[in-house]
Amino acid sequence: MKFKPMSAIAVLALSVPTLGMADADDDSLVINGEIEIVTKAPAPAHLEGALDEIMSGWHFRDDATQAMEMDDFDNPGMLFVENAMGVWETVDGSEGKSCASCHGDVAESMKGVKAVYPKWNEAAGEVRNLQMQFNDCRTNRMGAEAWGYDAGPAKDMEALIASVSRGMPVNVAIDGPAKAMWEKGKEMFYTRTGQLDLSCASCHEQNYGNMIRADHLSQGQINAFPVYRLKDTKLTTPQGRFKGCVRDTRAETYKPGSEDFLALELYVASRGNGLSVEGPSVRN
Amino acid sequence: MAEGVKPRVKAPKKAAAGETVTLKTLISHKMESGQRKNKDGSIIPRSIINRFTCEFNGKSVIDVTLEPAISTNPYFEFEAIVPEAGEFKFTWYDDDGSVYEDAKPVEVA
Amino acid sequence: MEFSRRDTLALGLGAAALTVLPFQVNAAAEDAIAAFTGGADVAEGGVNLTAPEIAENGNTVPVSVEAAGASEILLLATGNPTPGVATFKFGELAGSQSASTRIRLAGTQDVVAIAKMADGSFAKAASTVKVTIGGCGG
Repeated sequence: MKFKPMSAIAVLALSVPTLGMADADDDSLVINGEIEIVTKAPAPAHLEGALDEIMSGWHFRDDATQAMEMDDFDNPGMLFVENAMGVWETVDGSEGKSCASCHGDVAESMKGVKAVYPKWNEAAGEVRNLQMQFNDCRTNRMGAEAWGYDAGPAKDMEALIASVSRGMPVNVAIDGPAKAMWEKGKEMFYTRTGQLDLSCASCHEQNYGNMIRADHLSQGQINAFPVYRLKDTKLTTPQGRFKGCVRDTRAETYKPGSEDFLALELYVASRGNGLSVEGPSVRN
Repeated sequence: MAEGVKPRVKAPKKAAAGETVTLKTLISHKMESGQRKNKDGSIIPRSIINRFTCEFNGKSVIDVTLEPAISTNPYFEFEAIVPEAGEFKFTWYDDDGSVYEDAKPVEVA
Repeated sequence: MEFSRRDTLALGLGAAALTVLPFQVNAAAEDAIAAFTGGADVAEGGVNLTAPEIAENGNTVPVSVEAAGASEILLLATGNPTPGVATFKFGELAGSQSASTRIRLAGTQDVVAIAKMADGSFAKAASTVKVTIGGCGG
């Protein structure tokens, strides 16, 4: 556990009951009694000097919220995974194909995929996240219409693809042809924006573990995305969350599905290299 | 029938005669409270699951009346006695008149 | 902060009222309780109500009720626009007179459970749940 000077003051103030929660806890996460999730890990080399340890946002939630993620039946995010299972098997488009026509059993064929995305696609010559890859399949192989970015079925499918990799270590490549985009994402992470003049790092690197109003600041890891937020009872993807964060700095936000947010998604994903894929998770 | 409503039940497949077992149920439903307003300021009408029942071989285990304060995707966990082999029957009643059902057989070892 | 004599008096009265009525509910909740009990006396104890002291989000608050020997348990959120939450009726094959669910709370308030016992008597339990407002976009 790591305290910064400000958090020491916050903890002192809060150790007088009422809000007994302040820093990340030491609980451990096992899903369905069998999938062990690495929720704390040594920070990847590229974070040297910034963070020593990386932590899933799960540690920053209270016990009741944490418990909802420990059993798929209790996790409302799994309802969306079930929706996507139906879509996986459903033929759509002019070619008469479903996802299953090419990829078979999702639990087999997609195992490990979420762990390495966003990822450089050599044939296309671009970095792609999962939703971009879905639409490549839909338009080029299935002859179906592309899903809008963060449209219901796209988020559901992202949750399904994440769910079959749970427990596997995030391992996003940051070298080679993806490097330029990763550098751009890194610059965005540390650039202050908005009337509040906050960067991602202001909250999620310099102040994680501290309170922001009545809530806890996490490290802003996205290993557990998509998340089912109790607040709005639906799934949120990394780029959807980025939009909320940037808006909260009182800045004009980038658009989910834009190249800017793709760069940020790649960079933030790489900050979680070593944590387990955990989505769909449950957060407040 | 409201869209996307799907019941889920977690129940043991086997039990000893007379054993007390734990049941969990979840149904995907928005549980529109009737308190919210849409963008033009008018109230979004209430649309909820208003009753949930569980029976085993025709005998009642639990009968729940739900109000709009039950969260989206209503979740219940409770216990039942399994006196003999048979079937749990779960029924959800929607404001719109729809009835959703699920059943889980239980073997007695 | 400065208190006028009137404020101080009002505060004192409020505190006195709280002391006399630790179990304060609004009129709608009182009506719901009266409808359930038919105006009968409600004893303290015999009911277990488990709810978080602090809920991270009022939209989904886990609660459990238990009252051994109860035929029904009424669950109320006294600070909601309408206080009703759920009524659990236990049948002959209930394994226990207990149930867990997830509820919506409009803000910090008392959650109340009233059990109707098999002999027709009533018992209650109450628990204050603080509902926090999230930091970001909450």
